[in-house]
Amino acid sequence: MTEAMPQFQLIEPSTVDEAVAALQDAPGAVLCAGGTDLVVQLRQGLSDPGTLVNLSGVAALSTVEETNKGLRVGAGVTLAEIAGMEAVANGYPAVAKAAQSVAGPSHREVATLGGNLCLDTRCVYFNQSHWWRKSNSFCLKNRGDICHVAPKGNRCRAAFSGDMAPALMVHGAEIEIAGANGVRRIALADFYHEDGAEHINLEPCEIVVAAHLPPPGPTSDYEKIRVRGSIDFPLAGVAVACNKLDDGTAQFTVAVTGTNSKPLLVELPGDLNAEEPNDAFFATLEKQVQKAVSPQRTTTIAPHYRRLSVSALTVRLAEGLL
Amino acid sequence: MKRIVSLKINGRTVEDVIPDNLLLIDFLRDRQALTGAKKGCDGGECGACTVLVDGRPRLSCITLTAKCGGADIETIEGQAQNGRLSALQRAFHENLGAQCGFCTPGMIIAAEGLLRENPDPDVNDIKAALGGNLCRCTGYVKIIKSVQAAAAEATQ
Repeated sequence: MTEAMPQFQLIEPSTVDEAVAALQDAPGAVLCAGGTDLVVQLRQGLSDPGTLVNLSGVAALSTVEETNKGLRVGAGVTLAEIAGMEAVANGYPAVAKAAQSVAGPSHREVATLGGNLCLDTRCVYFNQSHWWRKSNSFCLKNRGDICHVAPKGNRCRAAFSGDMAPALMVHGAEIEIAGANGVRRIALADFYHEDGAEHINLEPCEIVVAAHLPPPGPTSDYEKIRVRGSIDFPLAGVAVACNKLDDGTAQFTVAVTGTNSKPLLVELPGDLNAEEPNDAFFATLEKQVQKAVSPQRTTTIAPHYRRLSVSALTVRLAEGLL
Repeated sequence: MKRIVSLKINGRTVEDVIPDNLLLIDFLRDRQALTGAKKGCDGGECGACTVLVDGRPRLSCITLTAKCGGADIETIEGQAQNGRLSALQRAFHENLGAQCGFCTPGMIIAAEGLLRENPDPDVNDIKAALGGNLCRCTGYVKIIKSVQAAAAEATQ
């Protein structure tokens, strides 16, 4: 830490179009909203963009709309606001809980939904000071040509640690992206791919504008493990949604964060007869989660512990939702 | 890139020419000589640099001054009024909430943000509001007791 802040120009657009234009004018420019992760990266020499485009003044990003099609939450809405929203707490409990659990209270005052969805992947070999990384010959994600986590592999294994993505994914959220060619909307799950150095599908000069949640249906919950109960990024986290059908069965949706380079929707064993919850179902559920995730040595905590914890949390949440 | 920024610090309007990359903690400590807010972890992990921006606790070590134009900033130096300590400052003093004292400005400011929003917090509210503030003396019991005492005094 304690590197000098790099020099940059802060551009302050007031509309999404102006922000897109600013990105086009300054190749390599980086978007900045709350800055809770970005400023730390700048200080560590992990990013030196020359131009920052400040999204805080773009009023259109801070709106929330509730319609019969569901809830549209602007990318600039802060996590503290999301955590305090009644519509979110009632209709999408996992989303409220995830927002409430991010970092510490002063981070949540400024950290935004868009920032958390676009959060850079993290690794114990990456989130270090310049001199630390230099003495280790850098790494695949930044300046180097080897991944210290998996030296024989050919991709970066840094883990995605955003809390909002899995919570939104179990509710079937989509995201709205604006760019030079207009607006597009994709399933949030399709926004990510499994490469720590390039984990989000955002074209150059594109901006995440909002998340769309379908009308409330399933109940849901979110839980994570971390070293300290506050401030820390998750070692692993899981969101579970439970849709109880009229015929007495329960359908679960599970999404995991912190274990892979992207938030992961887990394939599940099938429906559960909610009238008679059975141990075999939950045992299979636990195994499925263990099989799906692939935590690596990206944190100081052993991958195996994170694998077992996240599967145990899944079962705990699923049982609680029945 | 430089700009002129105008903001309020502890009720006083301040104008200055600043570079875009100047952090709020450096602006306060180096240019305004307000050294109450501390640089602890220097990376948004400890809360020692907490100040109030428009009444809400913010981490000044990860806040750009350029983004605070027109904002109302309050630091620990602005808490005492007319030579009289604020309720929280007095409570921390009387209940031994300040130990080595390094985290205390951040603790008091974070607690001030809480009490303005919720004048009668329970223990869990206090723990949640101070969740981003670390004390390396690890005497959180007296810190929580201090906030409770200040809240009790204010609601009497």
